[in-house]
Amino acid sequence: MHPAPSVILFTVLSGLGFGFLALLGWGVVIPQGVQAFLVWGIGYGLAVGGLSASAFHLGNPQRALLAFSQWRSSWLSREAWASVITLILLAPVALSDWLGLGWPRGIGMAGAVMCGVTVLATSMIYAQIKAVPRWHHWVTPLLFLSFACSGGAILAGEARLAVLLSVGLAVVLWLGFFFGDRQFAARGASMESATGLGAIGRVAVFELPHTGGNYLLREMIFVVGRKHAMKLRMIAILAAAFGPTAVFVLLPMHVVTVLLAVALHLLGAFAARWLFFAEAEHVVGLYYGKR
Amino acid sequence: MTMLPGATEKRLGLVVDLDTCVGCQACVTACKGWNDQGYGVALSDQNPYGAEPSGVFLYRVHSYAVQPVDGLAQTINFPRSCLHCEDAPCVTVCPTGASYKRVEDGIVLVNESACIGCGLCAWACPYGAREMDQDAGVMKKCTLCVDRIYNENLPEEDREPACVRTCPTNARHFGDFADPDSKVSKLVAARGGYDLMPEMGTRPTNKYLPPRVKDRRAEASLLAPLLDIEAKGFAGWLDRVLGKI
Repeated sequence: MHPAPSVILFTVLSGLGFGFLALLGWGVVIPQGVQAFLVWGIGYGLAVGGLSASAFHLGNPQRALLAFSQWRSSWLSREAWASVITLILLAPVALSDWLGLGWPRGIGMAGAVMCGVTVLATSMIYAQIKAVPRWHHWVTPLLFLSFACSGGAILAGEARLAVLLSVGLAVVLWLGFFFGDRQFAARGASMESATGLGAIGRVAVFELPHTGGNYLLREMIFVVGRKHAMKLRMIAILAAAFGPTAVFVLLPMHVVTVLLAVALHLLGAFAARWLFFAEAEHVVGLYYGKR
Repeated sequence: MTMLPGATEKRLGLVVDLDTCVGCQACVTACKGWNDQGYGVALSDQNPYGAEPSGVFLYRVHSYAVQPVDGLAQTINFPRSCLHCEDAPCVTVCPTGASYKRVEDGIVLVNESACIGCGLCAWACPYGAREMDQDAGVMKKCTLCVDRIYNENLPEEDREPACVRTCPTNARHFGDFADPDSKVSKLVAARGGYDLMPEMGTRPTNKYLPPRVKDRRAEASLLAPLLDIEAKGFAGWLDRVLGKI
């Protein structure tokens, strides 16, 4: 699949934002005064910034409000609802922290749960697609949730929690690669099943339907850059999970320490998300003899 | 709504005969020609006369070489378009309701005025039946020529999809699969019509007819008896000597 920058930004930043907001909402970190304004602002900024990045992926973004209409069947629509509900639920908690109103935390906890629901809905946009076997697996939602939790904890500077969740992320990333590599074969799609000609014999492409490129080749049959997949996997696991772990274990707690951990985590997260798309093979590639 | 209808009154679709398709691409041209000026926005081309031309087509014709275990490879031309699936994944993923399946005849359509161009439906389709129009930013797909098949301004023989109407070898048939006595239902029953990628669980309406079994002669070649010449005389002696060296 084509790793569109808008979609990578959308999933990485909104995931990090909602993970961070969940910790704030739940009360794991309770900032006060101006600091609260800044910290909640970062959470909202990441979540909203990520969500608006997704609009650059649209052909007709002016009709984006219509995307709220099909929540009964579409995960994209559910994600739109979940994100808006979450941001509204958490607003009074942010206000309370900022102005020191001392309002009860219950609604914040509900908002924290909704952060999880939002990230889950985002992941299901991809996990629901049977035509991309690598994504169609329970490890996809687990991966998105794991990134959100660990990213949130790292950004919050909660060293112990961050280390614990980062190690978890490393395991989930590895599981994602392990299961992902086996999904295409497990799905059972082949050139023989795609054409139905397997009963005659082995199928090979004789001639392509068009000599130039088209939308399918650009969007779904992205084969560039897989050469370095193994190196990128290492970078993803090292930078996103073990980098912040090492930083928190070795360095004293300071704003710079947190920033360094976040920078490393984001580097790994972008590498992992780029791979998430670039490595994912769509079954339509079978018609073109490509994967 | 992008909920799928439980069952449709009719199940309109195509039968593609892989035995008779000659890969002439006439269906591709006829499809582009009709749909360029019919339902929805025109099928745009980008850089059509440049170094890297590209454009939207709703029909693509592939060619495959199929190698049996014994015998020569066969070339099989393979038209590919929307299969108007009963369990269409492209419909349920749509966040806006632009992508829908009609209750009355099962045709899968895109309401372009509600399409935000997110491309998720094209991702969900295993068959590559949907292509995004780069100019209009909306998704294009086969409409089964919905603006021909019910069009009373056209002579009756033209009220079928453009690809079917134009096919010079009759490799394409249009009809109602819900009616067991329709031409398409009978063809599927008689020729063993099959689904593409059944493992995807999409239950396509369109069916493909496999190529008929080719005749195979008992002996390898008409010239075979002549090839088994036993050399005699000097040539025979030479043959034996050279064989021993």
